[in-house]
Amino acid sequence: MDVSGSLDTFPKLLLRNAAQFGDHAALRHKHLGIWQTWSWTQVLDIVRAYAVGLQRLGLKQNDTIAIVGSNCPKMYLSVMAAQMMRAIPVPVYSDAVADELSYVLGHADVKFVAAQDQEQVDKVLSVLEHLPHLKTIVYDEDRGLRDYDHNRLMKIDNVIADGRAALAADGSLAAKVDVLIDSGEGSDTSIILYTSGTTGASKGVVLSAKRCIDAATDTVGFDKLTENDVALAYLPLAWVGDHYLNYAQGLVAGFCMACPEGPDTVQQDLREIGPSFYFAPPRVFETMLTRLMIRMEDASAIKRSMFHYFLKIARKHGEQILAGKPVPLSGRILYAIGRMLVYEPLKNVLGLSRVRVAYTAGEAIGPDLFVFYRSIGLNLKQLYGQTEAFLYVTCQPDGEIFADTVGPPAPNVLIRIAESGEVQFRSPGMFVQYFKDPAKTAETMTADGYVKTGDAGFFDEKTGHLKIIDRARDVGRLKDGTLFAPKYLENRLKFYPNIKEAVTFGDGRDFVCAMINIDLTAVSNWAERNNIAFGSYQELAAHPLVYDMVGTNIAEMNGSLAEEKVMAGAQVRRFMILHKELEADDGELTRTQKIRRRFIADRYAALVAAFYNGANEADISTAVTFEDGRKGRSSARLKIYDLPTTRVPADFEKAA
Amino acid sequence: MRWPDANDVLLRVEGVSLTFGGVKALINVSFDVRKGEIRAIIGPNGAGKTSMLNVLNGFYYPNHGSITFKGKTRTRMQPYEASRGGIARTFQNVALFKGMSALDNITAGRTLKMHCGLFWQALRFGPAQREEIEHRRRVEEIIDFLEIEAIRKVPVARLPYGLQKRVELGRALAMEPELLLLDEPMAGMNLEEKEDMSRFIIDVNNHYGTTIALIEHDMAVVMDLSDRVVVLDHGVKIADGSPNEVKRNQAVIDAYLGVAH
Repeated sequence: MDVSGSLDTFPKLLLRNAAQFGDHAALRHKHLGIWQTWSWTQVLDIVRAYAVGLQRLGLKQNDTIAIVGSNCPKMYLSVMAAQMMRAIPVPVYSDAVADELSYVLGHADVKFVAAQDQEQVDKVLSVLEHLPHLKTIVYDEDRGLRDYDHNRLMKIDNVIADGRAALAADGSLAAKVDVLIDSGEGSDTSIILYTSGTTGASKGVVLSAKRCIDAATDTVGFDKLTENDVALAYLPLAWVGDHYLNYAQGLVAGFCMACPEGPDTVQQDLREIGPSFYFAPPRVFETMLTRLMIRMEDASAIKRSMFHYFLKIARKHGEQILAGKPVPLSGRILYAIGRMLVYEPLKNVLGLSRVRVAYTAGEAIGPDLFVFYRSIGLNLKQLYGQTEAFLYVTCQPDGEIFADTVGPPAPNVLIRIAESGEVQFRSPGMFVQYFKDPAKTAETMTADGYVKTGDAGFFDEKTGHLKIIDRARDVGRLKDGTLFAPKYLENRLKFYPNIKEAVTFGDGRDFVCAMINIDLTAVSNWAERNNIAFGSYQELAAHPLVYDMVGTNIAEMNGSLAEEKVMAGAQVRRFMILHKELEADDGELTRTQKIRRRFIADRYAALVAAFYNGANEADISTAVTFEDGRKGRSSARLKIYDLPTTRVPADFEKAA
Repeated sequence: MRWPDANDVLLRVEGVSLTFGGVKALINVSFDVRKGEIRAIIGPNGAGKTSMLNVLNGFYYPNHGSITFKGKTRTRMQPYEASRGGIARTFQNVALFKGMSALDNITAGRTLKMHCGLFWQALRFGPAQREEIEHRRRVEEIIDFLEIEAIRKVPVARLPYGLQKRVELGRALAMEPELLLLDEPMAGMNLEEKEDMSRFIIDVNNHYGTTIALIEHDMAVVMDLSDRVVVLDHGVKIADGSPNEVKRNQAVIDAYLGVAH
């Protein structure tokens, strides 16, 4: 097959990779304790058979096929096979409860579902009445599915085998598939990604093949990714990040995508695979560091002091060395010793030894956290993006890294700040439309072809990099006119290891209040060290000493806020620690773990009222959804603590 | 659905009595376990349930009565003979090798399946190596089946209770038993762990076709999982039948269940 034509669809890229990289590893997966490898040639062979098998089941061009599962090769192969047939894959979060699944699958009119296992098949079967177009469910793992009605169920292996048999029986079939691939156009819908829905129901973001590939080509060039790189594909399949960073960049650069053995083994798999390109949300980096610090506490005194000494050296010189800036010779020597004794072993334990480029995004990352990783020699960078842009809007180039900005525009991306302060962009990867929702599309797209991000931001004068403040619609004002940017405050709070999640209130109110989720790992470790007994999250969260500790954290943040002109008035006056962790299953977080502010304000209206009527306690009873989808109630009496605020210096008050 | 054949009896207990000095733990108990079914043994504390399991796998010898397993009747049997014959069990209080990893614990379950002599095993070469690879594959299949990949190399003492129970089930499965005896598989678990365990028990029964006899206190679990239920009280069998029959039985309600629900 001729592969010299324009490479504007993923199946064409797959053909090219098979021709160009042949025996290079394309996919890896650990099965029964052993890493299995598929080369590009093998992947092409399987995908072709799979695509034919799907076609024989009735999959047609432009049909939608839902992909429901976690990161395993069969799910990625399903995406490839669907695209080869010019059908449209629609990945869904594997932890979505049946209702969410029903909404997305119904909205996308799916004709097929590729499900990972019994759990996912069960969910799909439970909402079958909402899916009138559904023809067949194909699945990967057959455990527990033996006794199911197999009229509409088929194992993926059998689909592939069927396709392979058909290819063997009819010699012209392969050529027909090649013609189909060749006829694919850049304007074809490549995939529909449903947004996680911070504000209401999720929307189907339609992305076209050429735009996807253009965007990925730009960033592959930007970070100099090649076929020799390796990435660990552990992010949710349905999230733009996974589809972009692993799938799209993998196909464009021809690098190897390794799938973890299971969702719980990611940390071990990371060590075994040693990826060279790595992405993780700030939360993951934070958890890694927390665990590391806890383990260091248990190390022997010599190791501990060595660790802390060299971390100090790293903090002093590490970033400059990484950025290639001048550092005194003594600093270099000490850093080199530290690298040998501490930094490299540390990175090895974390599975980051071979990482050449690492990114983080999704939330603001704490400056200390960011600097820690960079100082031990990990090239960690930030990017800013969204599904509508097919990820990248900005990203930090090597050597121009700042903890508090998200970098200059990514290659070929145009950014402007609207008068309202909203960030708007035009990018190679930008979406075509929201699926079946022209009204929302029109709302999001400006007349001159820019996309409204809904985020408020500005360009930093000193560096020319973009700074994101908050979701534009969340920014409000206190009664006295002080600017209230909830996410800004929450991020500041979340930088404390004890605080996992925070929700602040203040728009149209007299002062700011905060609901806190404690971090169970960090706080329970602290409790253990201080002989504080507790039986449950709820009990620990309500402990007076925990309240005191969190209170100290918040007071400290208030102190530093007082030094910021704009934010000084938005210090947190009252707070409470919630009795339960905010959960995506309860609708309080999105599947990408972002808080759904309005929903929380509604659900905990009684608590918010208590914040502002001066009560010291509040009762709350809420419905909770268990992991199996059943509902229950959880009730508690929560204490509210008052906090001292740091007085704003007089000259600031005048200025404000 | 599986339909255990009423005539295809895997294990028959006839008139078994067991005494410890003056204590009568079991008095003239008879019941059978059909091939492929999930059979529950329930009853209040001290009813003799665990004694019954101990009799079944040869740990106790009954004073009277006989046990027929796969058509072979016997009164005295050593536990290892039971294991070799295809009976595996788990324990009420997890009985794992605490310092060993989950992988090693499960592999221990395959001891009886190892055929190589000491000589080859010591050399770990030739047939011993081939055999070990084969055993490891079977163990890995069980690890995959029970979804415990993440704790493969973790010493079991460091694992939460629910996972320890799962490892113990894994060790029992490693013996590829025909009859699996589970002594309170859900004790001390939270709701989620119970649901997981129930799922595994059903899957074991379905996937490997293993016959299962289990003791359990959680009535919801028993009623959902089992095909038939034996009820013991003070060493005497007071009822035997389908979950629904047992639930309505007045003697069972009086002795154990309390108010019918």
